[in-house]
Amino acid sequence: MKHSLVNHFSLLFFQVLGIFILCFFLIHLVPGDPVLVMLGETASLADQDHLRAQLGLDKPLFDQLLITFKNILNGNLGYSFFYQQPVSHLIKGALINTYHLALVAIFITMVIGLSAGFYAAKNQNSWVDRCVSHTSVLFISIPHFFLGPLLILFFSIFLGWLPVSGMESPVSIILPALTLAMGLIAITVKMTRNCMIELLESDVARTARAKGLSEQQVLLRHVFRLVLMPIITILAMQFGSLLSGAVITETIFSWNGLGKLLVDSIQSRDYPVTQACVLVIATSYVLINFLTEFIYRWADPRVRTDGHE
Amino acid sequence: MNKLFFIISMFWIFLFLARFTLDWNPNEMVFDYILSGPTNEAWLGMDDYGRSIATRLVDGLVNSSLIVLLATLVSSSIGILIGMTSGYLGGRFDQFILFIINLFMSFPGILLAIAFAAVLSPGKLNLILALSIGGWVGYARLARSQTLSIKNIDFVKASQTMGGNNQWILFKHIFPNLRTPLIVEGTYALASLVIAEASLSFLGLGLQAPDASWGGMMRDSVRYLLVAPHYAIFVGLSIMSVVFWINAIGDYVHNRWNING
Repeated sequence: MKHSLVNHFSLLFFQVLGIFILCFFLIHLVPGDPVLVMLGETASLADQDHLRAQLGLDKPLFDQLLITFKNILNGNLGYSFFYQQPVSHLIKGALINTYHLALVAIFITMVIGLSAGFYAAKNQNSWVDRCVSHTSVLFISIPHFFLGPLLILFFSIFLGWLPVSGMESPVSIILPALTLAMGLIAITVKMTRNCMIELLESDVARTARAKGLSEQQVLLRHVFRLVLMPIITILAMQFGSLLSGAVITETIFSWNGLGKLLVDSIQSRDYPVTQACVLVIATSYVLINFLTEFIYRWADPRVRTDGHE
Repeated sequence: MNKLFFIISMFWIFLFLARFTLDWNPNEMVFDYILSGPTNEAWLGMDDYGRSIATRLVDGLVNSSLIVLLATLVSSSIGILIGMTSGYLGGRFDQFILFIINLFMSFPGILLAIAFAAVLSPGKLNLILALSIGGWVGYARLARSQTLSIKNIDFVKASQTMGGNNQWILFKHIFPNLRTPLIVEGTYALASLVIAEASLSFLGLGLQAPDASWGGMMRDSVRYLLVAPHYAIFVGLSIMSVVFWINAIGDYVHNRWNING
């Protein structure tokens, strides 16, 4: 256990380092002179030199790498010349918004996904069950950039219940969160249903029934708890799709999160911000994956013995 | 399932034939009919410049297919070559490649493609490059794991004993045995690549105007959701129909060759 944990930690460390180096070279991939691309051809020489010094592009490559690395360790992600603000400040605000969105999306997924899957498994092969499995196939394959407009059309324009976009009122979060959640809900429903059906015929359920528990108690106390574990794993694994989906969803709904900041920074050629966004998104994805693995090992003893012992 | 597959095929064949036999012009603008609903002239309505949506959808399909197929070609050749060599040679080299694969996989979804498309100047070639940079990893991983399971089977050993060099063994013995799982993987990857390409264009990082692209059309249509909902719905349905169509082929190939995992 200890040995494999050390392995995982070192892998995590090198992965984050690798992500950092890849992100660092991003700015050097800009065809031509990045400073000219960012400022436009007509910028004055003084402005160019100023930005070049600010980005550290006048130093040797290896020095730049070390300086950037040191800055990031100090929490300094650079300076956005478009917003005239430190990048870390921008990222912090955006990160909070994105995590609100992700949390609400996961909450919706858990509530709808688990209850629908639960219901479908309990009434196996009924019309509700068939209906649920057909719609879930549909929602898995619908891309975010189509689902978002569809939800706007239905809930905002046709029904007039929710705001089209922006983040002025607390209910504005519902549509973007639902857009992000739909695919996850579909996966959760399918997983919950199949897990439940399998577990209802397993020894756990049979033993519980033999003890004289009512069917409801068997379901809620014994079967349901066992279903949660794989669902949480799947959700954590899908966290990446949540993050990359957020790029599109936030753009559609003008939600000021990390994804929208990324797209905006690309459009204004504010490369330090682009670089920082990619770095933060990828790092948080790797961290969440690591934590999932960690929790999973802690919760399920079978995983621990697989590797090195 | 089969019925829907048939209907989608017929729909696109019909639209293709109409587009090219009647010689519709995707860039012709009729300003009197801006954002109008379906009419006799434009079966799926007009877009925000008064161009026929049906025509632009067909052209978008052509552009999109070209990019997606080329990106698949590039990423699969690179991925298979790297994965196969790494799995076959093993040792330090394999560890290194495995690390690189893990590194690329730590970028969720299309983030890597977005990052590369953002810094490269927009254009067809760079779009293909950006899509391939995220795409080769899947092929490399599959090719590597398949090679690992094949390389210790007797026929490979026999070839080694008879003095076959690495190149010969890789291409004459290992590659033919990888083909089937890779084709299945490739078909499914094609479907997600269609969505990835549309996503990039949706963000303004893909094909540039006036070239028709589905993602670009989707982005325009979202702006006019209130006045012309048919625009967004037709574009969205087109993308979904093609994704469904490719996935159906993937399922067919998968079942036909009876592959597990």
